[in-house]
Amino acid sequence: MQKTVLNEAHRALGAKMVDFGGWDMPLHYGSQIEEHHAVRRDCGMFDVSHMCAVDIAGADAKAFLRRLLANNIDKLKQPGKAFYSVMLNAKGGVVDDLIVYHLDDTHFRIVINAGTTDKDLAWMASRLIDWKLDANIAPRRDLAMIAVQGPNAREKVWKALPEARAASAEIGHFFAVQAGDFFIARTGYTGEDGFEIGMPADRAEAVWQALLDAGVAPSGLGARDTLRLEAGMNLYGQDMDEATSPLDAGLGWTVDLVAARDFFGKAALQQHGQQRQLCGIVLLGKGVLRGHQKVMTPQGEGEISSGTFSPTMQQSIGLARLPMGVTFGNTVQVEIRDKLHAAKVVRTPFVRFGKVLVNF
Amino acid sequence: MNIPAELRYTQTHEWVRLEDDGSFTVGITNHAQELLGDLVFIELPEIGNSCKAGAQVAVVESVKAASDIYAPAAGSVIAVNQAAADAPESVNADAYTAWLFRLKPDNASDYEALLDAAGYQQAIEG
Repeated sequence: MQKTVLNEAHRALGAKMVDFGGWDMPLHYGSQIEEHHAVRRDCGMFDVSHMCAVDIAGADAKAFLRRLLANNIDKLKQPGKAFYSVMLNAKGGVVDDLIVYHLDDTHFRIVINAGTTDKDLAWMASRLIDWKLDANIAPRRDLAMIAVQGPNAREKVWKALPEARAASAEIGHFFAVQAGDFFIARTGYTGEDGFEIGMPADRAEAVWQALLDAGVAPSGLGARDTLRLEAGMNLYGQDMDEATSPLDAGLGWTVDLVAARDFFGKAALQQHGQQRQLCGIVLLGKGVLRGHQKVMTPQGEGEISSGTFSPTMQQSIGLARLPMGVTFGNTVQVEIRDKLHAAKVVRTPFVRFGKVLVNF
Repeated sequence: MNIPAELRYTQTHEWVRLEDDGSFTVGITNHAQELLGDLVFIELPEIGNSCKAGAQVAVVESVKAASDIYAPAAGSVIAVNQAAADAPESVNADAYTAWLFRLKPDNASDYEALLDAAGYQQAIEG
């Protein structure tokens, strides 16, 4: 099992550890619901060092990403600007989802999922060779990453790391800046404000401790999942995978089919079009939605891809892949242990910046 | 490990208390609530239902997962703890106070066949 540099720090805090895609990671430090509330109301932090930063540099770095990614790299004009994208296989299925940061015109940093790292690196290397482009793909295993999220996240980061304040005080959402040893990005996976901070691995323990001292709540994968689901964000392997088109997984907004630019998987997307839609659903009664439960609609059957209990809404919520024609506000039936339960189809996100955005 | 000596247990992590009237009060063990994490939903059986030993009679769900609760013996359900269903977190707070249901066993002697505290400890330590 692989361990991040913060493994001992998690154990010292009494974390319940789990195997997450081959990584020994904290599920929670006592109560995942309390950690969830801490992020929504104040500030929490996550060790995300299992996720791999990869630097793509060289004369053709931009040309490479222009063909590799479904989102258009030409949109990233300013230094530090970032976006979310998927990379696709020839059938238009999702190889992985990732964030790209534009450092300069010949240097980009992407952050990919932990469980897909080896596959992604092999995939990118094969594309680079096929396309005969000049770029270097360098996984940055020397970096650790801590995500600090919540309405008070930025203030607490500056309290813990005063030297980072000047450089990071003015950056907008989806921008990053290098501040000394720290790569500070105003991004996250919770629907709250905050920073994701990359740093040399040997500094991570001291930073983690400084954040604890500043009153940041250590938070595990359990809270990370309920927070991202409330924020309407997809999880790779659950809401989409290599057999799923991004159009069917609610990621059409990240796919640029309008520009003349060709990218890998584009032809398949154009050929098949959108077959399904990913919608939010809220269970109207008691119970908990879970992945793979069937959803009955007048337009046919669908399936829940992610389901959980929303600590903010005190109700069960999920993402469901539904037939076209189902619309927001419709009531559908979810099969839970052989019984049908009414649920309402809603627009995501469910929760953003601490506020519930759906009516149910 | 919190395994009260005065209770009996099942391999499937229910605890059983023998009441003065011969009924069995049933809940989930502290070990079970630790494995599940924060509980958010409990589906209790209906009063009057009869069940076989080992039959699935209730469900507890945490944020993470759903888990079936099994009857420790054949019998009929004579009471349920609605307070636990209304506040599932009470099971996390004290699994041995927040009981789930009470069973009138068909055979009172089934109690003796359940695991004692040492047997349950051995069962979870494998």
